[in-house]
Formats: sequence, C-alpha cells, structure tokens
Amino acid sequence: MNYHWDWMFFFQETDDGLKYYDWILSGLGWTTFVSLASLVVALILGSVLGVMRTTPKRWLVGLGDAYVDLFRNVPLIVQLFMWFFVVPELVPENIGLWMKQDLPYFVIAIVGLGLYTAARIAEQVKAGINSLSRGQRFAGLALGFTEWQTYRYVRLPMAYRIVLPALTSEAMNIFKNSAVTYAVGILELYFQYKQIIEKTSQVLEITIVVTLCYFVLAFVMNRILAFVEARTRVPGLIVGTKGSK
Amino acid sequence: MIEINNVSKWYGSFQVLTDCTTQVSKSEVVVVCGPSGSGKSTLIKCVNALEPFQQGSIVVNGIAVQDPKTDLPKLRAKVGMVFQNFELFPHMTITDNLAIAQIKVLGRSRDEAVDKGLKLLDRVGLKAQAAKFPGQLSGGQQQRVAIARALAMDPICMLFDEPTSALDPEMINEVLDVMVQLAHEGMTMMCVTHEMGFARKVANRVIFMDRGAIVEDAAKEDFFGQPRSERAQAFLAKILNH
Repeated sequence: MNYHWDWMFFFQETDDGLKYYDWILSGLGWTTFVSLASLVVALILGSVLGVMRTTPKRWLVGLGDAYVDLFRNVPLIVQLFMWFFVVPELVPENIGLWMKQDLPYFVIAIVGLGLYTAARIAEQVKAGINSLSRGQRFAGLALGFTEWQTYRYVRLPMAYRIVLPALTSEAMNIFKNSAVTYAVGILELYFQYKQIIEKTSQVLEITIVVTLCYFVLAFVMNRILAFVEARTRVPGLIVGTKGSK
Repeated sequence: MIEINNVSKWYGSFQVLTDCTTQVSKSEVVVVCGPSGSGKSTLIKCVNALEPFQQGSIVVNGIAVQDPKTDLPKLRAKVGMVFQNFELFPHMTITDNLAIAQIKVLGRSRDEAVDKGLKLLDRVGLKAQAAKFPGQLSGGQQQRVAIARALAMDPICMLFDEPTSALDPEMINEVLDVMVQLAHEGMTMMCVTHEMGFARKVANRVIFMDRGAIVEDAAKEDFFGQPRSERAQAFLAKILNH
C-alpha cells in the first residue's frame, strides 16, 4: 500500500484562514442542527398524521393516507429539489421570490427532511395506536373523555411506548439522511467531507473521521432513546420488543 | 332511568339488533343473558352510545343518546361502565386510573380525586394496591379497580358488559361480591352476564336475547320458574345443568 498517511493535515490552514478541523466541526454542527430540527418537525407532524389516520372521520384518514403515500414514495433528494426549485415556481410570484431570495436555505432543507420523515413516523404512530385494544378507547369514552382526550391520556401514551424502538431507528436515520441536504447547499458534514477530499486528497483519514462523526451522532441518539425507553417502561407490562440495541 | 325503544342496528347489511325494547327503572337490577352473538354486548354499548344504532331511541335520565345535539361525553360521564377485559389504563398507577377522569372530565382537584378514588379502592378491598400498575394485579383485582374507577364518577347507573367472563373461576366471586353489594345499596344496574347465581340473588328482571332480539323480558321469579320461550328454556337448561 502506497497511501501516504498524514493525520496532521487537519491542523493545516485552509484558504479561508480556518483549519480543516474547523470545517469538520462546522459541518458537524450543521448536521446536528438540521437533523434535530427536522426530527422535531417530523415528530410533531408525524404524530398529527398518525392520529388522523386512526380517527373515525373518513376524510381525515384519506388526507393522512394520501400524505404518507406521496412522501414515502418519492426519493428524499427529489423532494428536496421540489421544495427548492419547483415549489417556488408554483406558488404566487411574491411568495416564490421570497422563498428564493429571503428564506434561509436551511429552513427549506429542514422542512423538506422533516416532511419526508414525518410520513415514516406517521406510519409508526398509526401502527402503535392500532395495536391497542378497541376497549381502551371505549373505556376512555365511557368515562366521559372526548375522542381527543382518549388520544391524549389513554391511547398515545401507550402507542408511543410501543413504537419507541421503531422511532429510535427513525431518529438515527435522520442524521444519516441529512447528508442529502448537501445537494441543496447546506454546508453540513458530507459537504465538508467532499470539499476536504477535493482540497487535500487525504481520503482515508477524512473518511475515517467523518464516518466516526456520523456513528457517534447516531449512537448517542440511540443511547438517549434507550434511556427514555427504560424510564417509561410500565411495570408489570410486557411490550413486544425490548430496545433496539 | 334507561328506556330502550324499538332499537335496531345493522353492520352493513347484517342486522345485529332487531326492534329491542326494554327499560331499567331507578334502583332496578336487570340482567341480560343469551348465547354468544345474540347482541347483548352490542345492546348495552348502545346505551351510552359507544355503538351507534340506526333505528329507535334510547333515553337515559331524560336525555336521548341518539340525538346529534346530545353532549355525549357529559352523558357518558354519568353512566358507569365495566368491561369484559377491565380496560384499565396500563401506563398509569391504580391511583391515577381512579383519579384521571375525575380530574379531566369532572374538573375535580387532584387531591379531591385521589381521596375519593382511594376511598372507593378501600371499599373494593384493594387499598394496599394503590401505587401499583394494572399489569401487577390479578384479573379479579383489576376488575374491582375498574368498578371503583366507574363509581368514582358518581354515576347515576352502571352498565356491566360480561364483567366476569375473562376471569379465572376462583376470581369470579370477588367481583360478583362487589356487584351484589352495589345492588343492595340501590344502584341502578344493567348487567350482561351468564352468572345465573348473581341473577337469582339480586336481579329484579332478566332479559333473554337471541339473534339480536329480546326474546324474553320477565321478572326474575318468572324467568327462572317458567320461561315462556323454548329458546330461553333450552338456554337455561344448558347453563344450569352443567
């Protein structure tokens, strides 16, 4: 092997006066920010959609189903391009102009990644709610709860516990999927990775470092949610799977 | 208290209830029995509108449940219901199971709700279990908690939907004892059950259902003494002589 290892290049100065490790840290920061913000969007929207799809109201179910079908069946990168290049042309001109000129790139990226992941979370939330017995809803209603209160106090607390392992995978995936946002100009970890390779050709070192960064992000998320899972475990109740280690 | 008038219900084209008419007066205990699939559970779920029905009317305490303008949560809060599979909320402690609806539906303070819940828990003999979760209790204990949870809402009447059918035989009596005690205190009760011993002890009337229709609706003495319909006779012969 003739590869010339050089771990010290990370401390070399770049054209913009920063060091290469600064680029990595900056990319790591953007990846973390975009991923966590998208996860918040996805959890909120995914929960709303998941609940909609379990209500007795047909049109709500139809709306939720249509959303999931659309957003699960189109590749993430295509969806991002749609938000960046197609949607601004379809909306009224002043809004389109505002999207292209004033709206920060990262907001569109976060919304795009969030809406994509929401479809997947909606599917899991729905599955969680449907796995509960019909009697739980009846019991809530019989005590005088409104339909919404049966979700709030009875069904969602159990549904989330049941699908937490699946949600953990989704939360880990979002870090990995966030790499796609480099294609719409987010200066995140994968963007910096490509940039550093072009500048230095130290492919192995930078690949090792960037891989480790992604691994640590996903792993930390996994540990945090495993902790949540342990804390919310219901005594005396056996819920299907045990963690997603 | 409960008036059921000519109620019919269909699932698609399949008729599950046919022209059911009966009533439960204040402090009356009415037992509903019949073979499985006869519509008795469906009928009792119509009383608090957990199941919709297409024809007829049900009036509970002067309020028509099928009226779209009826505030169903408010009505249901006054009608206690106990289910075959207990349906306690598994993620809450027993105390919270007893208190949550009092707080969220009746607007009671947490202290007041917990206090009331614990008193009722004591009444069903389970005070020591207050901090546990439903999954840590036996079936009989869970069902007694479920009765206490319904009573905590100060219901004007109680509906029981096969409360002992999911229990092991040795736990049936602890639940029936609580129900007998309730009946003696003058609670208005409509009970779907196969426990004919319970019916003999406390029922005022017995309703026999078959294939979605009320076949027999008689005073307890008449029902056990000389059921008029052949189907009720056959049913009684089967469940009494085993």
